[in-house]
Amino acid sequence: MLLALHGVSKSYETAEGPLAVLQDIDLDLKAGESLSLTGESGSGKSTLLHLIAGLDSPDLGQIRVLDMDMATLDDSGRAAMRRGGVGLVFQQFNLIPSLDVSANLAFHAKLAGRHDPAWQASLTERLGLTSLLHRYPEQLSGGQQQRVAIGRTLAARPKLVLADEPTGNLDEATGDSVLALMLSLVAETGAGLLMVTHSIRLADQLDRRIHLRGGRIA
Amino acid sequence: MMWRAGLQALLSHWKRSPLQLAMLLLGLSLATALWSGVQAVNAQARASYDRAAATLGRDRLDQLVAADGNVFSQEVFVDLRRAGWLVSPVLEGDARFGTTRIHLIGIDPLTLPAEAQQVELSSNDDLISFMTPPGVMIVSEATAARLSGLDTPPLRISKDVPADTAIVDISAAQRLLGKPEQVSRLIVAPEQPLSQTPLADVAGTLVRKAPDGEGDLARLTDSFHLNLTAFGMLAFVVGLFIVYSAIGLAFEQRRPVFRTLRSLGFSAKALTGLLLAELLFFALVAGVAGVVLGYGIASLLLPDVAATLRGLYGADVPGVLSLRPSWWAAGVGIAVGGTLVSAAQSLWRVWHMPLLAPAQPRAWARASESALRIQALAALGLFGLTAALAHWGSGLVVGFSVLAAMLMGAALALPVLLAILLSLMQKQARGPLSFWFWADSRQQLPGLSLSLMALLLALAANVGVGTMVSSFRLTFTGWLDQRLAAELYITARTEDEAARLRTWLNPRVEAVLPIWNTEGDVRGQPAQIYGVANHATYRNNWPLLQSVPDVWDRVASGNSAIINEQLYRRDGLKLGDTLTLPGGWQTQIAGIYSDYGNPLAQVMVGVDALSQHYPEVSRLRYGVRLNPAKVPALREDLGRDFDLPPQNMVDQAAIKQTSLDIFEKTFAVTAVLNVLTLGVAGVAMFASLMTLSGMRLPQVAPLWAMGLTRRSLVWLELARTMVLAVLTMVAALPVGIGLAWVLLAIVNVEAFGWRLPMHLFPADWARLGGLSVLAALFAALIPLRRLARLAPTDLLKVFANER
Repeated sequence: MLLALHGVSKSYETAEGPLAVLQDIDLDLKAGESLSLTGESGSGKSTLLHLIAGLDSPDLGQIRVLDMDMATLDDSGRAAMRRGGVGLVFQQFNLIPSLDVSANLAFHAKLAGRHDPAWQASLTERLGLTSLLHRYPEQLSGGQQQRVAIGRTLAARPKLVLADEPTGNLDEATGDSVLALMLSLVAETGAGLLMVTHSIRLADQLDRRIHLRGGRIA
Repeated sequence: MMWRAGLQALLSHWKRSPLQLAMLLLGLSLATALWSGVQAVNAQARASYDRAAATLGRDRLDQLVAADGNVFSQEVFVDLRRAGWLVSPVLEGDARFGTTRIHLIGIDPLTLPAEAQQVELSSNDDLISFMTPPGVMIVSEATAARLSGLDTPPLRISKDVPADTAIVDISAAQRLLGKPEQVSRLIVAPEQPLSQTPLADVAGTLVRKAPDGEGDLARLTDSFHLNLTAFGMLAFVVGLFIVYSAIGLAFEQRRPVFRTLRSLGFSAKALTGLLLAELLFFALVAGVAGVVLGYGIASLLLPDVAATLRGLYGADVPGVLSLRPSWWAAGVGIAVGGTLVSAAQSLWRVWHMPLLAPAQPRAWARASESALRIQALAALGLFGLTAALAHWGSGLVVGFSVLAAMLMGAALALPVLLAILLSLMQKQARGPLSFWFWADSRQQLPGLSLSLMALLLALAANVGVGTMVSSFRLTFTGWLDQRLAAELYITARTEDEAARLRTWLNPRVEAVLPIWNTEGDVRGQPAQIYGVANHATYRNNWPLLQSVPDVWDRVASGNSAIINEQLYRRDGLKLGDTLTLPGGWQTQIAGIYSDYGNPLAQVMVGVDALSQHYPEVSRLRYGVRLNPAKVPALREDLGRDFDLPPQNMVDQAAIKQTSLDIFEKTFAVTAVLNVLTLGVAGVAMFASLMTLSGMRLPQVAPLWAMGLTRRSLVWLELARTMVLAVLTMVAALPVGIGLAWVLLAIVNVEAFGWRLPMHLFPADWARLGGLSVLAALFAALIPLRRLARLAPTDLLKVFANER
């Protein structure tokens, strides 16, 4: 199993007392499978994604990613897991502003020690980034930036791709084409995909869908 | 109401960024403090020179003096009075009371014009006790304390008399100075009778001299104060870097607020006005704090400055600060001026900001390629100006202009050089992290460049001034060893005792070398004229810079003289030139010697020639050559046989120590200012790093998400700061050495009249390099601690969609 969650809960301290964001979540994901996570704003979608990526820790429950129990990993272990097996795509793109497109695409793969120039070249072409390789993030449109972010993630050939509203900052047409490209490339690499989205229309394009309401699976 | 709401919106930024506000106020206060501190010291010293220059109305009244600069007979005064001239005689000279040297000014209170009245002698009793033996010495409180217990005429204290000076009746001065019936000058009363015999007919040897507006001391010390002012200015500029950077950032961060205010009905004029009011308020607060701090700095510096001025120029400046309201106003004024200069660019941008400009804050101070190119061109232009001024210019102002152009050029060139270097490193990088490290460092450069420029200026000043001072110390120590060749220096109390001492010493020691001297005008400037014995001590040791082959024989024969470097440079003299000494005696220049620490012109002639031309010369001081091991025994014998007090027998080591103490004090102020400037640069660096740390999050969070630990990120951030500090230090070295060269070869020659060889001190640079890395480390510590302790939730905010 690529990903397995059992009884995961998470709450945050607020001025008004603890706020339960996630309660008793169970879910799993197999290699090559895609799963969408929908829900309204504040339903805990992004928090769940961050817990799976090891960016945050749950209060209760177990999270196993790539057959590793997250609770047994320290900060370095979680970082190593992200570096080696997990790829993240964000709504805000989060490209590295000091690197040009070419260096941004290669960055994660090189960190993971799996840089494959031929694979990167193929990705570059299919993502339509060939003419933009020497541009910097600030010189790209939103759609172009998100394509670079997807390329950066896939260039490292992660086993698990976590995407948080990857088309949230794009118009509908651009969003659709970016998502279609991402789905086909993920399928090609055999990775599992967990995608957070507001849109039922987009969610329906994935293999399975889970809906969160008030921090619980509805 | 509208104004209040607008101001509230603008000020809310500072409430959320208190550290930024603290940095702005701190930068401005420090800049103002260093500037106004130096100004306070200068003002204090200048006020004291003015008091000295105003003695007996010298700054307002004409004087009659002998054309040859010598004293002249009192008969001339009598002749002039008979011919209808309203003049009053003055006799001046230095007298020793024990080991205390006092400048005596003898006056005739009955003929002294009212404009020249220095002290109150209103009652008859006062006048009688002043004029009749033993007379009265009117001195300042400090001088009275120094003379207490010594064999002097009765003392009276007056706050109007300069330090180390005594006003006595002219007859007492003639007696104490051993110049009976002699006069140094005549003060000319402003109102003269209509019918007067022309001066040439009565006193052909006298010339009329116009009032001395500035005074010798003020002129002599101008260079020293210019030095201090230059340092104060440098520190002020370094402080303004912090202010400029804090204002620039605050304006950029508030661009969305500005746009909102504009769209809500604020005109560009109203918005700029509000921002100006806000800045003026901050400037006033920081200005007052800076002036208070400046007062503290001035109090700290003044004792050392006073010691320096006394040691170097013989100028007496009280060690306690007294300040005028104008100084406070000027301090606050410079704070306001500095703020306006620093904010001018930002205000101009707000004024011209289009209403529909994007609300997203622009990348702050992003240096585009073209901006760097312009900066490089400006730096090249300034370097060209530096070279041109150094080659063709002359004078102290040009010297400082060379320094300013070179420093500004170097500061502008620094970001360009660093950008090139970091790009090269990026090209050489192999791994993804090192590639990112260099690329990211280059991207951080615009945000850090102001503080790095400030650090460069501070480090270059440290290297430059340190090299200058250490070169000076090395040369000075060697020079002292050469010049203070005698093992013991003895001062007799009377001429009679001196004669007995000579007879007593001759069979007991290797040589008794007279140190006889007189003073007078040489080439229109006050000079010391020393007699030198024909002895191997001088031939072997005296530090000659230039000389004719048989210099010592010629000096001994009385035909030639040697002069100090100051006189040689100041008057552009050369070997073989004829020199007219007081009394009209002419001699040829046979050599030039270095004479560090002496502001006056000095001439050395054969001791016999000196006695012959100046029979009244004081014969009290001697240098004694003997086996150093026998010095303590000789001192003991002298004490026993002559009852000579210890202070009249000074050994070589003690004189050297005193000279070195004076030397160290001379540069103590510079050292303090150096450290303060480096401190300000450290604060600038801290301010920049703190500011950047707040903006770094979106740049480092993706790396964390991609599998880098927070610890690695902290180490990388630290490494970047260290690399930039080290590169800045490396860049500061050639600039500092250039600065040292300008100080030694241009500024010192103009300021003091001597030129020193430059020595290099790599160990000092290594120490300074270590210090700068340490300063950078401390500056980076808090921002890095912040990053290390950042909760994952804060990093997650970067990825949050609702951000």
